[in-house]
Amino acid sequence: MDNVIKNIIGRDVTLDGLFEENRSLIEGNSSSVMNALRSDAFEAFRRLGIPSNKVEDYKYTNLQPLFSGDYSLSLTPDTLVENVEDIFSCDVDTLDSITIFIVNGWYYARNKPDGLPDGVRIGSLAQLAKEDPSFLEKYYGKNAPYLSDGIVAMNTMFASDGFYIHIPRGVTVEKPIQIVNILMSEEPLMTNQRNLIVLEENSEARVMVCDHTLTSDKFVINNVTEGFVDRNARLDFYNLQNQHNATTQVAGFYIEQKEDSHVKTNNLTLHTGVGRNNITLKLAGTHAEGHTYGLYLLDKNQHVDNFSFIDHAVPDCFSDELFKGVLDDHATGAFTGKIMVRPDAQKTNAYQSNNNLLLTKDAKINTKPQLEIYADDVKCSHGATVGQLDEEAMFYLRTRGINREEATILLMYAFAYEVIEKIQVEPLREQIRTLVEKRFRGELDKCHSCVVCGQKGTGVSCM
Amino acid sequence: MLSIKNLHVKIDDKEILRGIDLKVKPGEVHAIMGPNGSGKSTLASVLAGNEMFEVSEGEVLFNGHDILDMAPEDRAREGLFLSFQYPVEIPGVSMVNFLRTSLNEIRKYRAQEPISASDFLKLMREKMSLVDMDSNLTNRSVNEGFSGGEKKKNEIFQMAMLEPKLAILDETDSGLDIDALRTVAYGVNKLKRPDNATILITHYQRLLEYIIPDYVHVLYHGRIVKTGGKELAHELEAKGYDWIKKEFEDR
Repeated sequence: MDNVIKNIIGRDVTLDGLFEENRSLIEGNSSSVMNALRSDAFEAFRRLGIPSNKVEDYKYTNLQPLFSGDYSLSLTPDTLVENVEDIFSCDVDTLDSITIFIVNGWYYARNKPDGLPDGVRIGSLAQLAKEDPSFLEKYYGKNAPYLSDGIVAMNTMFASDGFYIHIPRGVTVEKPIQIVNILMSEEPLMTNQRNLIVLEENSEARVMVCDHTLTSDKFVINNVTEGFVDRNARLDFYNLQNQHNATTQVAGFYIEQKEDSHVKTNNLTLHTGVGRNNITLKLAGTHAEGHTYGLYLLDKNQHVDNFSFIDHAVPDCFSDELFKGVLDDHATGAFTGKIMVRPDAQKTNAYQSNNNLLLTKDAKINTKPQLEIYADDVKCSHGATVGQLDEEAMFYLRTRGINREEATILLMYAFAYEVIEKIQVEPLREQIRTLVEKRFRGELDKCHSCVVCGQKGTGVSCM
Repeated sequence: MLSIKNLHVKIDDKEILRGIDLKVKPGEVHAIMGPNGSGKSTLASVLAGNEMFEVSEGEVLFNGHDILDMAPEDRAREGLFLSFQYPVEIPGVSMVNFLRTSLNEIRKYRAQEPISASDFLKLMREKMSLVDMDSNLTNRSVNEGFSGGEKKKNEIFQMAMLEPKLAILDETDSGLDIDALRTVAYGVNKLKRPDNATILITHYQRLLEYIIPDYVHVLYHGRIVKTGGKELAHELEAKGYDWIKKEFEDR
């Protein structure tokens, strides 16, 4: 691989030092809109650093040790990867989608998103920065808190590419847009991917991001996605995470909603090493509606931390949150549901629920509702549960000839189904149902194939 | 078919069954009656394999196998069925998925092929009509939001699907109005064959007007204290349980 920086810690180089060393390379490959924020981001990063568990919002996940170690840094597109579509061609019979690939944080050069309605643009963020800087400038860094969150600051320092989706006014994209994030490397790798989704007035789109690891190396991923959903627009956003145990992924989604807009996010963690999702919906226009859902299925030593922040900035908005987790073995998890109802945000409706199923005594979950309400005419509710398998239901199933293992799978699935049923794209829902069941049966493949499409991958063995 | 000898059962060191003896032959219907707290439901649970109870003494043979060391699922696969007094709601597990899994697990145990989707639906329709079950119910999660009567019908429906050799109906009549009671009884009678048997556990004689037992046993303080024909049920209905209590109080 060309132009890759090796042995970050082996040479005892800090991330600050690494940035300074490579700044001219990063900026030379990038464009003015993105470069314009790097100095401020760098300054913020020097102040904040990688969040440790002493930072309140990262209390349950100390990222510092996870971001140190020997990694290459993905600073340029990997030109050796030439045949992703062969490795990973998608079977459109099962999911008829517009599919693009991202390889190690870079927009894959041979992507050909076909069949887009007039005016819809899907492409490389780096290209957009070069070709239409005034468009990017309107949005870049406007939602993501790169001055107050060290991890976002780091992304903004290093970010060069990712995908962007632009749906113009009044256009509905019927087919789901599928982004396949592929990680493949011959050595441990760190990536900083930056994405942008813009939905103009009265537009509509469904976006699904699938995260995969195709080789068994360690990966550290720092993704930031900014979303802008204008008046009366609708965005359904799904993130399906299926990565091996040596993966650390921080994925930030920062979405702003205008009047009467409707956003639904669903973070489905089927498999990973350490995962942290930052999901922020800013309800910035009246009668905006935001739904955030999530499902995490963990075993062994996996750890997933979902941090959601629903910001009711104006009156008459609605939000609904449901996160569910099944934790086996020594797995640990965390959920934080921060809801802010600002002083003017009267007539707010905000609901939140987090339910967890612990299958062993060693599994652990920290769940924390965090409601800050500064208006007096609002309806807010929150609830959190932590429980075990229902032994009465277990006995009932067993008296019908179903053994303990099979009954456990049925009951785990029953627990998870509520989140799966929130998926509105029917073929996708069906796929996810199957995947979740496979996951519970221990039959899910983390590396060799696209779990959505079922196509064979590289054949490299993996954890 | 079923042979219980000197069965003693404890829960938290409290002895609930204190030496039960019972023999059930193919084709027979046995009713077990008794006042509340006499151990009727415990007997049903222990036979089905509920691990909450500790068997301290005795033997239970089912088709010649000692079943006390068997897992509940294996007892079911051997052909034992318990209709629950309080059927459990399982949100998220669809009736169809539940029944197909159950049926196929039992078929697998008997070295039979899994049932095909079309045969399964056919079988389900046939058995639903037997207990006059609404097709809306089979599209829902197991027992979720079912009324008391619907839950009991669902138990008999499952029994019809699984065709057990021995069915134990634990207070299936409780909480049923007369129409539902008739429907349930009709289903049970229809399923009766010379090669299967039924144990009805009930507090009241009412159900026994519709399902005629060959034997009636009275359970009191963890023992069967009286056994007779169906006329014993009438006697209990007329006199209540007080005379039983008086007669056996001290033992």
